[in-house]
Amino acid sequence: MLIASVIPLLFILVYAVVILWVEIKVASHVQDRLGYMYTGGFHGWAQPIADLLKLLTKEHITPVNSDKILFTLAPVIVFASSYAAYAALPFTSTFIAANLNVGVFYIIAITSFVVIGILMAGWSSNNKYSMLGAMRSVAQIVSYEVPTALSILTVIIVAGTLNLQEICQMQSGGLFNWFIFKYPPFMFITFLIYFTASLAEVNRTPFDIPEAESELVAGYHTEYTGMKFAMFYLAEYANMFLVSGISAILFFGGWNSPFGDFMSGPAWGVFWFVLKGLFFVFLQIMLRWTLPRLRVDQLMYVSWKVLTPISFVNIFIVGLWALLK
Amino acid sequence: MATYEITTRSIRGDLKTDTMILNMGPQHPSTHGVLRLELVVDGEIIVDVIPHIGYLHRCFEKHAEQMTNYQQVIPYTDRMDYVAAMGNELAYVLAVEKLMGLEVPERVQYIRVIMAELQRIASHLLAIGTYGLDLGAFTPFLWCFREREKILDMFEITCGARLLYNYIWIGGVSHDLPSEFGKKLKDFLKTFPKALKEINDLLTFNKIFIDRTANVGVLPADVAINYGCSGPMLRGSGVKFDLRKNEPYLVYDRFEFDIPVGEGKMGTVGDCWDRYYVRVREMEESLKIIEQAWEQIPAGDVHSAIPRKVRPPQGEVYFRTENPRGEIGFYIISDGHSSSPFRVKARAPSFVNLSVLPEISKGYMIADLVAILGSVDIVLGEVDR
Repeated sequence: MLIASVIPLLFILVYAVVILWVEIKVASHVQDRLGYMYTGGFHGWAQPIADLLKLLTKEHITPVNSDKILFTLAPVIVFASSYAAYAALPFTSTFIAANLNVGVFYIIAITSFVVIGILMAGWSSNNKYSMLGAMRSVAQIVSYEVPTALSILTVIIVAGTLNLQEICQMQSGGLFNWFIFKYPPFMFITFLIYFTASLAEVNRTPFDIPEAESELVAGYHTEYTGMKFAMFYLAEYANMFLVSGISAILFFGGWNSPFGDFMSGPAWGVFWFVLKGLFFVFLQIMLRWTLPRLRVDQLMYVSWKVLTPISFVNIFIVGLWALLK
Repeated sequence: MATYEITTRSIRGDLKTDTMILNMGPQHPSTHGVLRLELVVDGEIIVDVIPHIGYLHRCFEKHAEQMTNYQQVIPYTDRMDYVAAMGNELAYVLAVEKLMGLEVPERVQYIRVIMAELQRIASHLLAIGTYGLDLGAFTPFLWCFREREKILDMFEITCGARLLYNYIWIGGVSHDLPSEFGKKLKDFLKTFPKALKEINDLLTFNKIFIDRTANVGVLPADVAINYGCSGPMLRGSGVKFDLRKNEPYLVYDRFEFDIPVGEGKMGTVGDCWDRYYVRVREMEESLKIIEQAWEQIPAGDVHSAIPRKVRPPQGEVYFRTENPRGEIGFYIISDGHSSSPFRVKARAPSFVNLSVLPEISKGYMIADLVAILGSVDIVLGEVDR
């Protein structure tokens, strides 16, 4: 049990260090520059480690008029909720930290805790910018949970189970058994809705409004320093992989090999799952360095007037199709 | 999105809401320097904006009086609009030359035109790059800087400086163009349109970018004129006024170029997108001017007309030129016997353009204010002087 819970944590930590480096390098090359080049030798591979060490040694500053308990608790809750969600992620056919019958439901529920953490951070900082950032963030995450949940529900209709491991198993046997190719093109639309909404769930561009640095300085984590700040960062990166991993599981076969029996097995399963997850993380990074950000009201417009109605229609069509079949 | 209804104090049931004062700046990522904005906000909607300036005040006008001669003022003008230093020098030098009745060689005039237009492109690149940054797009900013770097390289090989040049002197320029300049310029003229197209594809015609800037911060033409706005601010509102065409100085009357004005292509005439797009198109026009100037540039000595002593006759002069940010003017009084100006007054376009900010940003959201402020394109060095 202990080992099962430590493995996702180790994964998050290693992944965060790697993805920090990848993000900077991708950003740099998109922007026609080199980025890290010195620390550690090869393309500055040790820079994220140096950054992490720097953050660890930094002073913890708590603003005088802040609510100290909430202020300290907030980053922990934010990180814990995204870490807890990893428990239900099937990394491979033989490893899942907690094989729940209601895995999907559990993930949707537990990730909602992020909202509480963010609101706590914004409120307790006693800073108007943090407060505005937190308010935006909560409004955004709560709104986008609707299309996210609806698109996940569409997959549930197809799969008929809430168990993520079972959903993966149903998609085994090659590329064309993946749910993305079912009921064309409706499952693809579902995926697009899920991907867009998940960007908003993890506060990534073009929906990075809560931490819009040109407006709100840094949003809800303006007042945070050192490791507490790093916790928010870690949680953000953990969430990025989480939503990407769910994308991979629900639509792209999870740990299944795209070539049927070729290159499949428990060890290959980890490879495929992480690869698919990282691909969507990479997509998120590319989007971040390409697009400007939306305004708050435009963000709400996209959620309530575009994504939610489309997902309702979508869920209806897919449901009808599945019923008639 | 249209403007929002302003409710300073609304009561729903027993829930009382009140306005909040939000201090934006002087240390804030998007105030482009040390501008401080005092915002009165109702939730996220702006009820009032009060700009506080003066954090970068360096007594330019007093300094100018205290110098031992007229030439020493030139480096101080550089430091006003520090991203368009060539333009400031040019306006000051032209004012002094007019006061003295000095004729400068044709080659000098052409060099000045080329430099001023290159500076305009560099300045506009910075403006649109940082504008993208304000709206959350990082990449265009660095792409713009990459192009701007090429212009700065050209300035560097010409006069040794990359930002504050002291290049345009009274009666001439400090150095003639070096032999490599022509090659670099031609290279730039060839590659820049492509780079501009890339930036347009990435930012200008991006759906999200248009959503953020169209119909936001609409500045009607009459308001723009009443506030004395100039440059892309005025032209963005559809007023076709450019000193290079309307009151030609140097040799601008020999070139063919258009004056781009805001057309309300994506929304209303005079919105943020229009102001932004005027800048983009001005860069194209500047490119045309540079191309023509480079074809026509005569040979000659750039130092022949530089006077040994600058002692203008008693009198006063006002001279204005079209700087990237608008109309920059220098008012100089000479007492006739001293070698330093008796009084120098600078009309800074950013300062005047900034004054219209409270007028055009009421009723929008905080995120819009950032877009509006970015489209005004201020340089605090010039606002505060």
